[in-house]
Amino acid sequence: MSETIPTKDGPAVTQATLVKKAAPKSDYKPADVSPQRRVQRSFAVRLWSIRHSRLLEWFYAKFADMFLLLHPLWKGIGYGRVEGPIKFVEKRVKGFMFDCRMCGQCILSSTGMSCPMNCPKQLRNGPCGGVRANGNCEVEPDMPCVWVKAWEGSQNMVHSDRILTVQKPVDQSLRETSAWLRVTAQAAAAREAAAAKNGAANTGASA
Amino acid sequence: MIGRQRDENPAGIDLPLDPLPGHTSRGRLERVLRRGEFAVTTELNPPDSADPEDVYNRAKIFDGWVDAINAVDASGANCHMSSVGICALLTRMGYAPIMQIACRDKNRIAIQGDVLGGAAMGVANMLCLTGDGVQAGDQPGAKPVFDLDCMSLLETCRIMRDNGKFLSGRKLTTPPQLFLGAAINPFAPPIDFRPHRLGKKIASGAQFVQSQYCFDVPMFRTYMQKVRDLGYTEKCFILVGVGPLASAKTAKWIRSNVPGIHIPDSVIKRLEGAQDQKKEGKQLCIDIINEVKEISGVSGVHVMAYRQEEYVAEIVDESGVLKGRQPWKREIRRDDQMVADRLEHILHDDITETQVDMVKTAH
Repeated sequence: MSETIPTKDGPAVTQATLVKKAAPKSDYKPADVSPQRRVQRSFAVRLWSIRHSRLLEWFYAKFADMFLLLHPLWKGIGYGRVEGPIKFVEKRVKGFMFDCRMCGQCILSSTGMSCPMNCPKQLRNGPCGGVRANGNCEVEPDMPCVWVKAWEGSQNMVHSDRILTVQKPVDQSLRETSAWLRVTAQAAAAREAAAAKNGAANTGASA
Repeated sequence: MIGRQRDENPAGIDLPLDPLPGHTSRGRLERVLRRGEFAVTTELNPPDSADPEDVYNRAKIFDGWVDAINAVDASGANCHMSSVGICALLTRMGYAPIMQIACRDKNRIAIQGDVLGGAAMGVANMLCLTGDGVQAGDQPGAKPVFDLDCMSLLETCRIMRDNGKFLSGRKLTTPPQLFLGAAINPFAPPIDFRPHRLGKKIASGAQFVQSQYCFDVPMFRTYMQKVRDLGYTEKCFILVGVGPLASAKTAKWIRSNVPGIHIPDSVIKRLEGAQDQKKEGKQLCIDIINEVKEISGVSGVHVMAYRQEEYVAEIVDESGVLKGRQPWKREIRRDDQMVADRLEHILHDDITETQVDMVKTAH
Protein backbone atom coordinates (compact mmCIF):
# COMPACT_ATOMS: atom_id res chain seq x y z
CA MET A 1 0.00 0.00 0.00
CA SER A 2 2.96 2.27 -0.55
CA GLU A 3 2.57 5.48 -2.48
CA THR A 4 3.10 5.43 -6.20
CA ILE A 5 6.45 6.73 -7.29
CA PRO A 6 6.33 9.65 -9.71
CA THR A 7 8.59 8.79 -12.65
CA LYS A 8 7.01 10.92 -15.37
CA ASP A 9 9.72 13.50 -15.84
CA GLY A 10 13.36 13.74 -15.01
CA PRO A 11 15.42 10.96 -13.52
CA ALA A 12 13.43 8.29 -11.68
CA VAL A 13 12.87 9.27 -8.07
CA THR A 14 13.64 6.24 -5.98
CA GLN A 15 11.51 5.12 -3.08
CA ALA A 16 14.62 5.39 -0.95
CA THR A 17 14.94 9.08 -1.75
CA LEU A 18 11.33 9.69 -0.87
CA VAL A 19 11.75 7.88 2.40
CA LYS A 20 14.94 9.75 3.09
CA LYS A 21 13.22 13.08 2.54
CA ALA A 22 10.17 12.17 4.60
CA ALA A 23 11.73 10.40 7.55
CA PRO A 24 13.34 12.32 10.36
CA LYS A 25 16.95 11.45 11.10
CA SER A 26 16.08 10.04 14.51
CA ASP A 27 13.95 7.20 13.11
CA TYR A 28 14.87 3.69 14.11
CA LYS A 29 16.74 1.68 11.51
CA PRO A 30 16.63 -2.07 12.09
CA ALA A 31 20.18 -3.44 12.08
CA ASP A 32 21.31 -0.40 10.15
CA VAL A 33 19.31 -1.32 7.05
CA SER A 34 18.23 2.12 6.02
CA PRO A 35 17.13 3.70 2.78
CA GLN A 36 19.80 6.32 3.31
CA ARG A 37 22.46 3.70 3.09
CA ARG A 38 20.82 2.14 0.06
CA VAL A 39 21.09 5.39 -1.82
CA GLN A 40 24.77 5.65 -1.08
CA ARG A 41 25.66 2.05 -1.72
CA SER A 42 25.31 -0.23 -4.67
CA PHE A 43 24.82 -3.95 -4.39
CA ALA A 44 27.48 -4.72 -7.00
CA VAL A 45 29.95 -6.44 -4.66
CA ARG A 46 27.27 -8.34 -2.80
CA LEU A 47 25.78 -9.58 -6.06
CA TRP A 48 29.25 -10.55 -7.33
CA SER A 49 29.71 -12.69 -4.22
CA ILE A 50 26.42 -14.45 -4.85
CA ARG A 51 27.32 -15.09 -8.49
CA HIS A 52 30.59 -16.65 -7.33
CA SER A 53 29.02 -18.56 -4.45
CA ARG A 54 30.64 -21.84 -5.47
CA LEU A 55 34.11 -20.34 -5.48
CA LEU A 56 33.52 -18.66 -2.13
CA GLU A 57 32.14 -21.87 -0.67
CA TRP A 58 35.36 -23.67 -1.66
CA PHE A 59 37.48 -20.80 -0.40
CA TYR A 60 35.68 -20.60 2.93
CA ALA A 61 36.11 -24.35 3.52
CA LYS A 62 39.89 -23.94 3.08
CA PHE A 63 39.87 -20.79 5.18
CA ALA A 64 37.98 -22.47 8.02
CA ASP A 65 40.45 -25.36 7.96
CA MET A 66 43.34 -22.91 8.20
CA PHE A 67 41.67 -21.15 11.12
CA LEU A 68 41.22 -24.48 12.85
CA LEU A 69 44.91 -25.29 12.27
CA LEU A 70 45.72 -22.04 14.01
CA HIS A 71 43.60 -23.07 17.01
CA PRO A 72 46.68 -23.60 19.26
CA LEU A 73 47.77 -20.06 18.44
CA TRP A 74 44.34 -18.57 19.26
CA LYS A 75 44.28 -20.61 22.43
CA GLY A 76 47.80 -19.54 23.30
CA ILE A 77 47.02 -15.86 22.98
CA GLY A 78 43.53 -16.37 24.41
CA TYR A 79 40.30 -16.26 22.38
CA GLY A 80 39.14 -13.28 24.38
CA ARG A 81 42.22 -11.28 23.45
CA VAL A 82 42.19 -12.06 19.69
CA GLU A 83 38.46 -11.34 19.48
CA GLY A 84 39.05 -7.61 19.03
CA PRO A 85 41.50 -7.65 16.10
CA ILE A 86 39.82 -10.61 14.35
CA LYS A 87 36.43 -8.93 14.64
CA PHE A 88 37.95 -5.77 13.19
CA VAL A 89 39.14 -7.67 10.12
CA GLU A 90 36.05 -9.88 9.82
CA LYS A 91 33.67 -6.94 10.00
CA ARG A 92 35.45 -5.10 7.22
CA VAL A 93 36.09 -8.07 4.93
CA LYS A 94 32.59 -9.50 5.22
CA GLY A 95 31.12 -6.01 5.25
CA PHE A 96 32.73 -5.34 1.89
CA MET A 97 31.96 -8.73 0.37
CA PHE A 98 28.44 -9.43 1.70
CA ASP A 99 27.24 -6.24 3.45
CA CYS A 100 27.64 -8.21 6.68
CA ARG A 101 25.62 -7.02 9.72
CA MET A 102 27.74 -8.86 12.32
CA CYS A 103 24.95 -11.00 13.72
CA GLY A 104 27.75 -13.20 15.04
CA GLN A 105 26.18 -16.45 13.80
CA CYS A 106 27.09 -16.56 10.15
CA ILE A 107 25.01 -18.86 7.91
CA LEU A 108 26.28 -17.59 4.54
CA SER A 109 27.12 -21.17 3.48
CA SER A 110 23.45 -22.10 3.92
CA THR A 111 22.07 -19.06 2.14
CA GLY A 112 23.93 -19.05 -1.16
CA MET A 113 26.39 -16.40 0.10
CA SER A 114 23.56 -13.87 0.39
CA CYS A 115 23.53 -12.37 3.88
CA PRO A 116 19.97 -12.83 5.28
CA MET A 117 20.44 -10.00 7.76
CA ASN A 118 20.22 -7.61 4.78
CA CYS A 119 16.57 -8.58 4.49
CA PRO A 120 14.55 -5.72 6.06
CA LYS A 121 12.59 -8.38 7.97
CA GLN A 122 15.82 -10.25 8.74
CA LEU A 123 14.28 -13.53 7.63
CA ARG A 124 16.65 -16.45 7.99
CA ASN A 125 14.45 -19.18 6.56
CA GLY A 126 13.40 -18.02 3.13
CA PRO A 127 11.55 -15.25 1.33
CA CYS A 128 8.35 -13.69 2.64
CA GLY A 129 5.25 -13.63 0.48
CA GLY A 130 5.74 -10.00 -0.49
CA VAL A 131 8.49 -10.43 -3.07
CA ARG A 132 7.69 -8.29 -6.10
CA ALA A 133 7.11 -9.86 -9.50
CA ASN A 134 10.48 -8.51 -10.68
CA GLY A 135 12.19 -10.25 -7.76
CA ASN A 136 12.72 -7.09 -5.75
CA CYS A 137 12.08 -6.47 -2.08
CA GLU A 138 8.65 -5.51 -0.74
CA VAL A 139 10.08 -3.02 1.74
CA GLU A 140 12.85 -1.57 -0.41
CA PRO A 141 11.63 -1.64 -3.99
CA ASP A 142 15.08 -0.86 -5.43
CA MET A 143 16.81 -3.79 -3.79
CA PRO A 144 16.78 -7.29 -5.26
CA CYS A 145 15.21 -9.67 -2.71
CA VAL A 146 17.95 -11.16 -0.58
CA TRP A 147 16.25 -14.56 -0.73
CA VAL A 148 15.69 -14.60 -4.47
CA LYS A 149 19.44 -14.09 -4.78
CA ALA A 150 20.10 -16.63 -2.03
CA TRP A 151 18.18 -19.28 -3.93
CA GLU A 152 20.14 -18.52 -7.12
CA GLY A 153 23.45 -18.58 -5.24
CA SER A 154 22.66 -21.77 -3.37
CA GLN A 155 21.88 -23.63 -6.58
CA ASN A 156 25.45 -23.03 -7.78
CA MET A 157 26.96 -24.46 -4.65
CA VAL A 158 28.10 -27.99 -3.85
CA HIS A 159 25.94 -28.14 -0.71
CA SER A 160 22.90 -26.73 -2.47
CA ASP A 161 20.53 -28.46 -0.02
CA ARG A 162 21.78 -26.56 3.00
CA ILE A 163 19.28 -23.81 2.26
CA LEU A 164 16.54 -26.29 3.23
CA THR A 165 17.61 -26.62 6.87
CA VAL A 166 15.42 -24.74 9.33
CA GLN A 167 17.45 -22.04 11.07
CA LYS A 168 17.02 -21.25 14.75
CA PRO A 169 16.07 -17.73 15.84
CA VAL A 170 18.94 -15.27 16.04
CA ASP A 171 20.70 -15.13 19.39
CA GLN A 172 20.82 -11.37 19.80
CA SER A 173 23.44 -11.65 22.55
CA LEU A 174 26.01 -12.78 19.96
CA ARG A 175 25.76 -9.59 17.90
CA GLU A 176 29.03 -7.83 17.10
CA THR A 177 31.14 -10.88 17.90
CA SER A 178 33.36 -12.85 15.56
CA ALA A 179 31.63 -15.79 13.89
CA TRP A 180 34.97 -17.05 12.56
CA LEU A 181 36.40 -17.50 16.04
CA ARG A 182 33.22 -19.03 17.42
CA VAL A 183 33.06 -21.62 14.63
CA THR A 184 36.76 -22.42 15.15
CA ALA A 185 36.42 -22.74 18.91
CA GLN A 186 33.36 -24.97 18.54
CA ALA A 187 35.05 -27.16 15.91
CA ALA A 188 38.14 -27.50 18.13
CA ALA A 189 35.98 -28.36 21.14
CA ALA A 190 34.09 -30.96 19.10
CA ARG A 191 37.38 -32.43 17.88
CA GLU A 192 38.77 -32.62 21.40
CA ALA A 193 35.56 -34.18 22.72
CA ALA A 194 35.70 -36.80 19.97
CA ALA A 195 39.38 -37.46 20.70
CA ALA A 196 38.68 -37.80 24.42
CA LYS A 197 35.85 -40.21 23.67
CA ASN A 198 38.06 -42.28 21.37
CA GLY A 199 40.86 -42.24 23.95
CA ALA A 200 38.47 -43.42 26.64
CA ALA A 201 37.20 -46.16 24.33
CA ASN A 202 40.77 -47.26 23.50
CA THR A 203 41.90 -47.40 27.14
CA GLY A 204 38.66 -49.20 27.97
CA ALA A 205 39.37 -51.78 25.25
CA SER A 206 43.01 -52.29 26.31
CA ALA A 207 42.06 -52.68 29.99
CA MET B 1 -32.78 -30.73 19.57
CA ILE B 2 -31.77 -27.11 19.82
CA GLY B 3 -28.23 -26.24 20.80
CA ARG B 4 -26.56 -29.56 20.07
CA GLN B 5 -24.61 -29.66 16.85
CA ARG B 6 -21.73 -31.76 15.62
CA ASP B 7 -18.42 -30.41 16.95
CA GLU B 8 -19.90 -28.70 19.95
CA ASN B 9 -19.25 -29.30 23.62
CA PRO B 10 -22.60 -30.13 25.26
CA ALA B 11 -21.47 -28.45 28.47
CA GLY B 12 -21.13 -25.10 26.71
CA ILE B 13 -20.37 -23.72 23.26
CA ASP B 14 -17.33 -21.82 24.51
CA LEU B 15 -15.64 -24.95 25.91
CA PRO B 16 -13.04 -27.04 24.08
CA LEU B 17 -14.14 -30.27 22.39
CA ASP B 18 -13.23 -33.74 23.61
CA PRO B 19 -9.70 -34.73 22.62
CA LEU B 20 -9.58 -37.21 19.75
CA PRO B 21 -6.71 -39.55 18.90
CA GLY B 22 -4.40 -38.13 16.24
CA HIS B 23 -5.64 -34.61 16.90
CA THR B 24 -3.31 -32.03 18.42
CA SER B 25 -6.00 -29.48 19.18
CA ARG B 26 -9.48 -29.56 20.63
CA GLY B 27 -10.93 -27.27 17.99
CA ARG B 28 -13.45 -27.59 15.24
CA LEU B 29 -11.26 -26.82 12.24
CA GLU B 30 -8.89 -29.72 12.81
CA ARG B 31 -11.84 -32.10 13.17
CA VAL B 32 -13.40 -30.93 9.91
CA LEU B 33 -10.11 -31.26 8.02
CA ARG B 34 -9.18 -34.63 9.49
CA ARG B 35 -12.63 -36.00 8.64
CA GLY B 36 -11.75 -35.21 5.04
CA GLU B 37 -14.40 -32.56 4.61
CA PHE B 38 -13.77 -29.55 2.39
CA ALA B 39 -13.13 -26.74 4.85
CA VAL B 40 -14.06 -23.09 4.42
CA THR B 41 -12.35 -20.35 6.39
CA THR B 42 -12.66 -16.62 6.16
CA GLU B 43 -11.23 -13.42 7.55
CA LEU B 44 -12.85 -11.02 9.98
CA ASN B 45 -12.27 -7.38 9.15
CA PRO B 46 -10.97 -6.14 12.51
CA PRO B 47 -12.83 -3.09 13.85
CA ASP B 48 -11.17 0.19 14.79
CA SER B 49 -13.23 0.36 17.94
CA ALA B 50 -13.46 -0.82 21.53
CA ASP B 51 -17.01 -2.07 21.18
CA PRO B 52 -17.36 -5.86 21.35
CA GLU B 53 -20.61 -5.65 19.38
CA ASP B 54 -18.60 -4.56 16.35
CA VAL B 55 -16.76 -7.87 16.42
CA TYR B 56 -19.92 -9.91 16.98
CA ASN B 57 -21.79 -8.16 14.19
CA ARG B 58 -18.95 -8.79 11.79
CA ALA B 59 -18.74 -12.45 12.79
CA LYS B 60 -22.51 -12.95 12.55
CA ILE B 61 -22.62 -12.66 8.76
CA PHE B 62 -20.46 -15.78 8.44
CA ASP B 63 -22.76 -17.87 10.69
CA GLY B 64 -23.31 -21.33 9.27
CA TRP B 65 -21.06 -20.81 6.27
CA VAL B 66 -17.48 -21.10 7.53
CA ASP B 67 -15.55 -23.53 9.73
CA ALA B 68 -13.13 -21.00 11.17
CA ILE B 69 -12.57 -17.26 11.21
CA ASN B 70 -9.12 -15.67 10.93
CA ALA B 71 -8.49 -12.97 13.51
CA VAL B 72 -5.90 -10.87 11.70
CA ASP B 73 -2.93 -9.37 13.50
CA ALA B 74 -2.73 -5.82 12.11
CA SER B 75 -2.66 -7.02 8.49
CA GLY B 76 -0.87 -4.73 6.10
CA ALA B 77 0.75 -3.17 9.19
CA ASN B 78 -2.41 -1.13 9.74
CA CYS B 79 -3.50 -0.62 13.31
CA HIS B 80 -6.75 -2.39 14.36
CA MET B 81 -8.15 -4.33 17.31
CA SER B 82 -5.59 -6.97 18.24
CA SER B 83 -5.98 -10.59 17.21
CA VAL B 84 -5.79 -11.68 20.86
CA GLY B 85 -8.69 -9.35 21.70
CA ILE B 86 -10.80 -10.54 18.79
CA CYS B 87 -10.10 -14.15 19.74
CA ALA B 88 -11.10 -13.49 23.34
CA LEU B 89 -14.47 -12.20 22.14
CA LEU B 90 -15.05 -14.87 19.51
CA THR B 91 -14.20 -17.84 21.75
CA ARG B 92 -16.72 -16.58 24.34
CA MET B 93 -19.44 -16.94 21.74
CA GLY B 94 -18.30 -20.37 20.62
CA TYR B 95 -16.75 -19.39 17.30
CA ALA B 96 -13.60 -21.15 16.12
CA PRO B 97 -11.07 -18.39 15.51
CA ILE B 98 -7.68 -18.81 13.86
CA MET B 99 -5.41 -16.51 15.82
CA GLN B 100 -2.86 -14.91 13.52
CA ILE B 101 0.50 -14.08 15.04
CA ALA B 102 2.78 -11.75 13.10
CA CYS B 103 6.46 -11.38 13.97
CA ARG B 104 6.46 -7.71 13.10
CA ASP B 105 5.18 -6.29 16.37
CA LYS B 106 6.20 -8.68 19.13
CA ASN B 107 9.40 -10.30 20.26
CA ARG B 108 9.69 -13.91 21.36
CA ILE B 109 8.83 -13.10 24.98
CA ALA B 110 5.52 -11.44 24.10
CA ILE B 111 4.65 -14.04 21.47
CA GLN B 112 5.06 -17.03 23.77
CA GLY B 113 2.92 -15.28 26.37
CA ASP B 114 0.20 -14.65 23.80
CA VAL B 115 0.28 -18.27 22.65
CA LEU B 116 -0.40 -19.41 26.22
CA GLY B 117 -3.05 -16.74 26.76
CA GLY B 118 -4.78 -17.55 23.49
CA ALA B 119 -4.79 -21.28 24.17
CA ALA B 120 -6.18 -20.66 27.66
CA MET B 121 -9.10 -18.74 26.15
CA GLY B 122 -9.89 -21.70 23.93
CA VAL B 123 -8.14 -20.70 20.72
CA ALA B 124 -7.35 -23.99 19.01
CA ASN B 125 -5.80 -22.72 15.78
CA MET B 126 -2.85 -20.39 15.40
CA LEU B 127 -1.47 -19.07 12.15
CA CYS B 128 2.20 -18.12 12.23
CA LEU B 129 3.16 -15.28 9.92
CA THR B 130 6.14 -13.08 9.28
CA GLY B 131 3.92 -10.06 8.78
CA ASP B 132 3.98 -7.21 6.29
CA GLY B 133 6.70 -4.62 6.61
CA VAL B 134 5.82 -1.49 8.58
CA GLN B 135 6.29 0.60 5.43
CA ALA B 136 3.02 -0.81 4.11
CA GLY B 137 0.84 0.45 6.93
CA ASP B 138 -0.56 3.62 8.41
CA GLN B 139 2.37 4.10 10.77
CA PRO B 140 5.57 3.60 8.77
CA GLY B 141 7.64 5.14 11.55
CA ALA B 142 7.00 2.15 13.83
CA LYS B 143 9.85 -0.03 15.01
CA PRO B 144 9.83 -3.31 13.10
CA VAL B 145 10.59 -6.16 15.52
CA PHE B 146 10.99 -9.34 13.46
CA ASP B 147 12.70 -11.07 16.36
CA LEU B 148 11.48 -14.45 15.11
CA ASP B 149 10.53 -15.28 11.55
CA CYS B 150 7.51 -17.37 10.58
CA MET B 151 9.59 -20.53 10.57
CA SER B 152 11.10 -20.10 14.03
CA LEU B 153 7.69 -18.97 15.29
CA LEU B 154 6.15 -22.22 14.08
CA GLU B 155 8.93 -24.14 15.73
CA THR B 156 8.46 -22.20 18.98
CA CYS B 157 4.74 -23.04 19.05
CA ARG B 158 5.48 -26.66 18.23
CA ILE B 159 8.04 -26.91 21.03
CA MET B 160 5.57 -25.38 23.48
CA ARG B 161 2.87 -27.86 22.44
CA ASP B 162 4.88 -31.07 22.01
CA ASN B 163 7.71 -30.66 24.49
CA GLY B 164 5.75 -28.57 26.98
CA LYS B 165 8.54 -26.05 27.21
CA PHE B 166 9.30 -22.43 26.44
CA LEU B 167 12.02 -21.69 23.89
CA SER B 168 14.34 -21.24 26.86
CA GLY B 169 13.67 -24.79 28.04
CA ARG B 170 11.64 -23.74 31.07
CA LYS B 171 8.72 -26.10 31.65
CA LEU B 172 5.04 -25.32 31.14
CA THR B 173 2.57 -26.64 33.68
CA THR B 174 -0.05 -27.24 31.00
CA PRO B 175 1.09 -27.08 27.38
CA PRO B 176 -1.22 -25.42 24.81
CA GLN B 177 -3.17 -27.74 22.50
CA LEU B 178 -2.86 -26.20 19.08
CA PHE B 179 -3.48 -26.78 15.41
CA LEU B 180 -0.65 -24.86 13.77
CA GLY B 181 -0.97 -23.01 10.51
CA ALA B 182 1.22 -21.02 8.17
CA ALA B 183 0.86 -18.98 5.02
CA ILE B 184 2.14 -19.77 1.54
CA ASN B 185 2.52 -17.60 -1.52
CA PRO B 186 3.01 -19.76 -4.61
CA PHE B 187 2.82 -16.70 -6.86
CA ALA B 188 5.93 -14.74 -5.86
CA PRO B 189 9.54 -15.31 -6.90
CA PRO B 190 11.68 -17.41 -6.43
CA ILE B 191 9.03 -19.74 -7.86
CA ASP B 192 11.08 -22.96 -7.74
CA PHE B 193 11.98 -22.40 -4.09
CA ARG B 194 8.34 -22.00 -2.99
CA PRO B 195 7.46 -25.74 -2.73
CA HIS B 196 10.64 -26.33 -0.73
CA ARG B 197 9.73 -23.47 1.54
CA LEU B 198 6.43 -25.22 2.26
CA GLY B 199 8.52 -28.27 3.12
CA LYS B 200 10.52 -26.20 5.60
CA LYS B 201 7.30 -24.92 7.15
CA ILE B 202 5.98 -28.47 7.53
CA ALA B 203 9.29 -29.50 9.10
CA SER B 204 8.89 -26.60 11.54
CA GLY B 205 5.40 -27.69 12.56
CA ALA B 206 2.82 -26.40 10.05
CA GLN B 207 -0.25 -28.65 9.94
CA PHE B 208 -2.33 -26.48 7.64
CA VAL B 209 -1.50 -23.63 5.31
CA GLN B 210 -3.56 -20.85 3.81
CA SER B 211 -2.37 -19.42 0.52
CA GLN B 212 -2.20 -15.87 -0.75
CA TYR B 213 -5.02 -14.80 -3.13
CA CYS B 214 -5.08 -17.21 -6.07
CA PHE B 215 -6.07 -15.57 -9.35
CA ASP B 216 -3.76 -17.61 -11.57
CA VAL B 217 -5.04 -21.19 -11.48
CA PRO B 218 -2.54 -22.68 -14.00
CA MET B 219 0.32 -21.29 -11.92
CA PHE B 220 -1.20 -22.77 -8.77
CA ARG B 221 -1.67 -26.11 -10.52
CA THR B 222 2.05 -26.26 -11.36
CA TYR B 223 2.89 -25.44 -7.77
CA MET B 224 0.57 -28.16 -6.45
CA GLN B 225 2.08 -30.67 -8.87
CA LYS B 226 5.50 -30.02 -7.36
CA VAL B 227 4.10 -30.12 -3.81
CA ARG B 228 2.41 -33.47 -4.49
CA ASP B 229 5.62 -34.86 -5.99
CA LEU B 230 7.47 -33.90 -2.83
CA GLY B 231 4.78 -35.66 -0.78
CA TYR B 232 3.76 -32.63 1.25
CA THR B 233 0.02 -32.95 0.66
CA GLU B 234 -0.09 -35.95 3.01
CA LYS B 235 1.56 -34.02 5.81
CA CYS B 236 -0.33 -30.76 5.57
CA PHE B 237 -3.79 -29.44 4.71
CA ILE B 238 -3.71 -26.81 1.99
CA LEU B 239 -6.37 -24.12 1.91
CA VAL B 240 -6.44 -21.91 -1.17
CA GLY B 241 -6.91 -18.18 -0.70
CA VAL B 242 -9.66 -16.75 -2.88
CA GLY B 243 -11.70 -13.58 -2.91
CA PRO B 244 -13.89 -11.34 -5.00
CA LEU B 245 -12.40 -8.32 -6.76
CA ALA B 246 -14.68 -5.28 -6.58
CA SER B 247 -13.70 -3.89 -10.00
CA ALA B 248 -10.99 -3.82 -12.64
CA LYS B 249 -9.74 -0.57 -11.12
CA THR B 250 -9.33 -2.16 -7.68
CA ALA B 251 -7.59 -5.14 -9.27
CA LYS B 252 -5.08 -2.83 -10.97
CA TRP B 253 -4.54 -0.90 -7.76
CA ILE B 254 -3.94 -4.07 -5.77
CA ARG B 255 -1.57 -5.36 -8.40
CA SER B 256 0.63 -2.31 -8.32
CA ASN B 257 0.36 -1.41 -4.63
CA VAL B 258 -0.06 -4.53 -2.51
CA PRO B 259 3.08 -6.65 -2.47
CA GLY B 260 2.76 -10.36 -3.07
CA ILE B 261 -0.55 -10.45 -4.94
CA HIS B 262 -0.32 -11.69 -8.50
CA ILE B 263 -3.24 -10.84 -10.81
CA PRO B 264 -2.86 -11.90 -14.46
CA ASP B 265 -3.96 -9.60 -17.29
CA SER B 266 -6.70 -12.03 -18.35
CA VAL B 267 -8.49 -11.46 -15.02
CA ILE B 268 -8.42 -7.69 -15.42
CA LYS B 269 -9.61 -7.98 -19.02
CA ARG B 270 -12.52 -10.17 -17.93
CA LEU B 271 -13.53 -7.62 -15.29
CA GLU B 272 -13.22 -4.70 -17.70
CA GLY B 273 -15.42 -6.44 -20.24
CA ALA B 274 -18.25 -7.02 -17.77
CA GLN B 275 -21.40 -4.93 -17.41
CA ASP B 276 -21.53 -5.22 -13.63
CA GLN B 277 -17.92 -5.49 -12.50
CA LYS B 278 -18.73 -6.27 -8.89
CA LYS B 279 -20.96 -9.16 -9.91
CA GLU B 280 -18.35 -10.39 -12.35
CA GLY B 281 -15.72 -10.26 -9.60
CA LYS B 282 -17.90 -12.48 -7.46
CA GLN B 283 -18.52 -14.86 -10.35
CA LEU B 284 -14.78 -14.98 -11.07
CA CYS B 285 -14.16 -15.95 -7.46
CA ILE B 286 -16.74 -18.74 -7.69
CA ASP B 287 -15.19 -19.98 -10.95
CA ILE B 288 -11.73 -20.07 -9.35
CA ILE B 289 -13.09 -22.01 -6.35
CA ASN B 290 -14.68 -24.51 -8.70
CA GLU B 291 -11.38 -24.98 -10.51
CA VAL B 292 -9.10 -25.25 -7.47
CA LYS B 293 -11.37 -27.58 -5.49
CA GLU B 294 -10.76 -30.23 -8.15
CA ILE B 295 -6.97 -30.04 -7.77
CA SER B 296 -5.82 -33.01 -5.72
CA GLY B 297 -4.24 -32.04 -2.42
CA VAL B 298 -6.48 -29.02 -1.87
CA SER B 299 -8.34 -29.42 1.42
CA GLY B 300 -10.33 -26.22 1.52
CA VAL B 301 -10.66 -22.58 0.64
CA HIS B 302 -9.87 -19.43 2.56
CA VAL B 303 -12.28 -16.73 1.41
CA MET B 304 -10.89 -13.24 1.89
CA ALA B 305 -13.55 -10.70 1.02
CA TYR B 306 -12.18 -7.50 2.48
CA ARG B 307 -15.04 -5.00 2.80
CA GLN B 308 -17.28 -7.37 0.87
CA GLU B 309 -17.86 -9.77 3.74
CA GLU B 310 -21.55 -10.02 2.93
CA TYR B 311 -20.59 -11.92 -0.25
CA VAL B 312 -18.83 -14.76 1.60
CA ALA B 313 -22.06 -16.66 2.24
CA GLU B 314 -23.18 -16.24 -1.38
CA ILE B 315 -19.81 -17.32 -2.73
CA VAL B 316 -19.71 -20.42 -0.54
CA ASP B 317 -23.32 -21.24 -1.35
CA GLU B 318 -23.10 -20.76 -5.10
CA SER B 319 -19.83 -22.65 -5.45
CA GLY B 320 -21.36 -25.57 -3.57
CA VAL B 321 -18.08 -26.49 -1.85
CA LEU B 322 -19.84 -27.50 1.35
CA LYS B 323 -21.86 -30.17 -0.50
CA GLY B 324 -24.86 -29.62 1.73
CA ARG B 325 -22.88 -29.69 4.96
CA GLN B 326 -23.61 -26.90 7.41
CA PRO B 327 -20.66 -25.71 9.50
CA TRP B 328 -21.25 -24.93 13.15
CA LYS B 329 -23.71 -22.13 13.65
CA ARG B 330 -24.42 -20.09 16.73
CA GLU B 331 -27.91 -21.00 17.87
CA ILE B 332 -29.96 -20.12 20.89
CA ARG B 333 -29.71 -22.89 23.47
CA ARG B 334 -32.79 -24.47 24.95
CA ASP B 335 -32.36 -22.93 28.41
CA ASP B 336 -31.66 -19.51 26.93
CA GLN B 337 -34.76 -19.85 24.82
CA MET B 338 -36.82 -20.67 27.90
CA VAL B 339 -35.52 -17.63 29.76
CA ALA B 340 -36.21 -15.45 26.75
CA ASP B 341 -39.80 -16.73 26.50
CA ARG B 342 -40.48 -16.11 30.17
CA LEU B 343 -38.91 -12.71 30.05
CA GLU B 344 -41.14 -11.89 27.13
CA HIS B 345 -44.13 -12.99 29.14
CA ILE B 346 -43.14 -10.99 32.22
CA LEU B 347 -42.19 -7.82 30.36
CA HIS B 348 -44.87 -7.58 27.71
CA ASP B 349 -47.96 -9.46 28.85
CA ASP B 350 -49.93 -7.10 31.03
CA ILE B 351 -50.69 -9.22 34.08
CA THR B 352 -50.95 -8.36 37.70
CA GLU B 353 -50.84 -11.35 39.96
CA THR B 354 -51.35 -11.33 43.67
CA GLN B 355 -49.99 -13.93 45.99
CA VAL B 356 -53.49 -15.24 46.53
CA ASP B 357 -53.96 -15.80 42.81
CA MET B 358 -50.62 -17.50 42.55
CA VAL B 359 -51.50 -19.92 45.32
CA LYS B 360 -54.78 -20.66 43.60
CA THR B 361 -53.17 -21.39 40.24
CA ALA B 362 -50.49 -23.48 41.93
CA HIS B 363 -53.13 -25.86 43.31
